Amino acid sequence: MTETPRAADIGGAALASEGASFLRRFLRRPDGVAGLAMILAVALVGLLAGRLADADPRAMAYPTFLRPSGRYLMGTDAVGRDVFSRVVHGIATSLTVVVSVMFISTAIGLTLGALAGYRGGVLDSLIMRVVDMMQSVPGFLLAIVVVSLLGAGYDKLILLLGLTSWTFLARLVRAEVLSVKRREFVESARSMGAPGRRILVHHVLPNVAPAVVVVLPLMASRLVLIEAGLAFLGLGDPENVSLGFLISEAQPHLQYYWWLSVFPGVVLVALVLGLNLVGEALNDALNPGQGAGRLARGRRRGPEAGSAQPGGASQPGDVTLLGTPGS
Amino acid sequence: MSAGYVLRRLAQAVVTMVGIVVVTFVLVQMAPGDAVDTLGAEAGPEYARQLRADLRLDRPLPEQLAAYGARAVRGDLGLSFSQPGRRVTSVIGDYLPNTLLMGTAVVFSSALGVALAVRAAKRPRGPFDSVTSLGALLGFAVPGFWLGQMAILLLALRLGLFPIGLMADPRAGYTGFDHVVDVGVHLALPVLVLAAGEVAMVFRITRIGVLQERQKDYIRTALAKGVAADRVLGDHALRNALLPLVTVLGARVGFLFSGAVLVERLFAWPGVGTLLVSSAELRDRPVVLGIVLVASFALVATTFVTDMVYALIDPRIRYD
Repeated sequence: MTETPRAADIGGAALASEGASFLRRFLRRPDGVAGLAMILAVALVGLLAGRLADADPRAMAYPTFLRPSGRYLMGTDAVGRDVFSRVVHGIATSLTVVVSVMFISTAIGLTLGALAGYRGGVLDSLIMRVVDMMQSVPGFLLAIVVVSLLGAGYDKLILLLGLTSWTFLARLVRAEVLSVKRREFVESARSMGAPGRRILVHHVLPNVAPAVVVVLPLMASRLVLIEAGLAFLGLGDPENVSLGFLISEAQPHLQYYWWLSVFPGVVLVALVLGLNLVGEALNDALNPGQGAGRLARGRRRGPEAGSAQPGGASQPGDVTLLGTPGS
Repeated sequence: MSAGYVLRRLAQAVVTMVGIVVVTFVLVQMAPGDAVDTLGAEAGPEYARQLRADLRLDRPLPEQLAAYGARAVRGDLGLSFSQPGRRVTSVIGDYLPNTLLMGTAVVFSSALGVALAVRAAKRPRGPFDSVTSLGALLGFAVPGFWLGQMAILLLALRLGLFPIGLMADPRAGYTGFDHVVDVGVHLALPVLVLAAGEVAMVFRITRIGVLQERQKDYIRTALAKGVAADRVLGDHALRNALLPLVTVLGARVGFLFSGAVLVERLFAWPGVGTLLVSSAELRDRPVVLGIVLVASFALVATTFVTDMVYALIDPRIRYD
């Protein structure tokens, strides 16, 4: 038993140095850094929402339809609310929803994916059947149905999205665990009598982590779009301002008051684009020297393995993940 | 491809579909507030009870589910609540063709995406590739409903190139061929908007595919034999690069339905998405349930068919 902690330490050190070179490769990519800057800028504005915009986003306190100016950075809307303040609070809403959902879905996806991959057997096929089923319902339609029947409210929305958006991650984690499980160091840990849970937590999961890190930004960007899409349909929380709702409010005034739609839209695009850029740069940093294999491919899958993937597994890969409800 | 594989995949598809029916039925029925609350609430408790009995809403959930499942298998999705006397299937049937018209976006985007990808893959990181790749990144990031608004703002309102919404000009009252042209004109902008994200996706998959195929031996052999580079890339490599595109067709059907909800709302297009949102507001559960099931069925069926096609056209696939 004394050997196992040492093995874990060595693994930890190796992983740490691998992590450092991974970070270096990421920082060398201008698009990844640009994406990171975009996310940080938008997130910072969202976090400081209350301080940046002193106007109450719901106060109908100003003249209506003012053009953007020094006093009203993004103008005012049809009932005299400050658009800048509304956009800034909209970002805060987006971030709250997305970050909360990410916690829930990552926890579920990691747990179920790791269980399915590590245990195998009946549990594996049961989990994978559920995943298959959930991936066969157009998720956005289901979200519309559930939200409109249960009533709007971000607590319900977060729960709903959290419970439905873990399937891709579970599939990925399962595949990674399956491949790591057969590697020598896991075999040796097992032969030394390390208990299953210990092997999973100390040896398998750390090696699965990079693949997970790569897909998280892409998951987040998809969730930003789903939240915005639901809010656009009027299914957001009426208590909170949301970027999607701002865009839907702008619809009747498009002809003369362009700023009502342009500003929330540009912010939304910046956030999603930033997340996608970071996701891609992470993917490349993780697979150095795979120049042509950039984008849209699962990692560690050669061209052969990729095309020989029976579609039967209905594994649309990153493509599904990148698919947006609004496009 | 063995018969065993076909049967196993078919069984899987059936199990998936049954699971979807059970889960969505329970989900929709468990939501508080039924049609009677909306339609007959003001008429008094006696009437409401009568209505619930008529609609069999007072029965236990498993009994309702079994009855629903038995009818759904025969293609009967029950009666609509909000349009009394009409079958759910015929209500959906009124709107579905309009959404399928939007499906032209899938065809259009596939052609454009593949063409751009082949051109871009000719010289990776060259000017054309850089511009189109950047465009694809943007195409992924821009939500369709906002892109649509910008298109309405610039192309419809400012330049007057397209109508701003609806499926046909309500004042003109065209018939025959003129009507077809009118619908086509109204269809153009929604399809363009819906296709933007799709083109981006097809472009990226195909571009990667072609670039990966290029590195393979058979391509080098063809080039060494003196086959023209354009032909090697556009024919040999492309054929194999298109395989992954087949597998995502099922997912794209899902996107079509999801994307259509938003784009239909934006352009006031009378499709299934519009019907879904309005039925959900009216708590017309049979219609809501019907739409989710029809969309899921389309997705499951497409995935099944593409799996079969995939196994047929790619002999490298082995099944355990």
